[in-house]
Amino acid sequence: MNGFWSVLSREIRLSLRGGGEILTLVLFFVIVGAVVPFAVGPDKALLARIAPGIVWIAAFLAMLLGLEKLFGPDRADGTLALYRLADIPLSAVVAAKVIAHWLTAALPLILASPVLALLLAMDATSFWRTVLSLLLGTPALAGFGAIGAAVTVATRRGGLLAPILIAPLSVPVLIFGVGAIAPTGGPDQAQAAILLLAALSLMVVVLSPFAAALAIDWGED
Amino acid sequence: MTIDTTPKMTWWNRLSHPGQFVALTRPLVLPLALLTGVLFAVGLWYGLFSSPPEKYMGDTVRIMYVHVPTAWLSQFVYATMAVSALGTLVWRHPMADVSMKAAAPLGAAFTAMALFTGSLWGRPTWGTFWEWDGRMTSTLVLLFIYLGIVALWRAFDDQLRAARVVAVFTLVGAVNIPIIKFSVDWWSTLHQPASVFRADGPTMPGEILTPLFVMFFAFTFLFITLQLAAMHTEVRRRRITTLERRAARGDAR
Repeated sequence: MNGFWSVLSREIRLSLRGGGEILTLVLFFVIVGAVVPFAVGPDKALLARIAPGIVWIAAFLAMLLGLEKLFGPDRADGTLALYRLADIPLSAVVAAKVIAHWLTAALPLILASPVLALLLAMDATSFWRTVLSLLLGTPALAGFGAIGAAVTVATRRGGLLAPILIAPLSVPVLIFGVGAIAPTGGPDQAQAAILLLAALSLMVVVLSPFAAALAIDWGED
Repeated sequence: MTIDTTPKMTWWNRLSHPGQFVALTRPLVLPLALLTGVLFAVGLWYGLFSSPPEKYMGDTVRIMYVHVPTAWLSQFVYATMAVSALGTLVWRHPMADVSMKAAAPLGAAFTAMALFTGSLWGRPTWGTFWEWDGRMTSTLVLLFIYLGIVALWRAFDDQLRAARVVAVFTLVGAVNIPIIKFSVDWWSTLHQPASVFRADGPTMPGEILTPLFVMFFAFTFLFITLQLAAMHTEVRRRRITTLERRAARGDAR
């Protein structure tokens, strides 16, 4: 358990002292959201209607950006090889890294989401629903991201490949995430969507460290 | 009395040797190809000339004879890949790697064909090439997964290492596909419900069902033939790489 906590605190310290990495990510999130009105026009009613989707897409893209940092630097400086030899299982190390990834790449976005809500003319109810659905859904994105990063860490051009691999897997997260905010026609299924989103997140967070650890372990010799 | 622990040359062990595998399965390719050709000839004749046009859709119903078999294969090929991935991860069977690699582009091609024929069929019957409906969307997502797996194969230089990593991802995808299917169905549904395999029997008349089943087997045998041929090609490609490497080392010495 000691090893788990030290990996977790190492990851968090690295990204806190990494020269404003988190701020860059937050800035990217806000800019992606703020660029959309230029593309679709400053119509407040339309913006309010598509705002949940915009916030989710911005969060999704921002979380994909940080993936290369998940295992890439550790492999480059040999830390990953040491993790494989450590006396805690590699899946525990990966789990610590997934949690750290969520804390440093997803939580700041959620904290910054009020800015986007203001810019996109969201009302208070849908804003709180957005925060809830992001809180419940982003762990699943972090888990899938770990799998994508682990599968591509041994390749030379992993950077572009990981998002391509993960995006199809993340479709359910986006569907339930947006469904939890704005019911698209028919009866209000937001409650069901929230429960399904939470179930999906739990499953992915539990299983993804094992899959990612397997991929890392067998991708090396 | 001593216990003999040397591995026996069972057919399973022989299959795991690439050269033996090619020698054993090579005679199968030509008969399989002939069978595929005959099935296609019979199925197409039945489908295009012998079966009646449908009451509401007219002659466009004949697109079904290509659309439904390719859609079935788009899922069957993934199942083949998932079983091969298990073979790679559990038994480290060398031919499972090759089978997994050969199946990925075939699956992508069949999925693309299913989507293409589906949109050709959708235009006259639904009035649109594309509709964001449950089954079409999940087939599109499946195509993206296939293409991602092909891209992942190509990103590695060492194919033996690639096999194990791709196997992990293939199994992750296999766990995810039902979830994707469920979520997309939950999201939107317009496509007609399944009408061939149902508990109360098929809802289509026999003269349409016969060519459908013939085409179904024709496409499945097409897949098996192409899969074997692609596996043989992959075995030879790996042997060439090994020979080239050996030759390069010999020159350097």
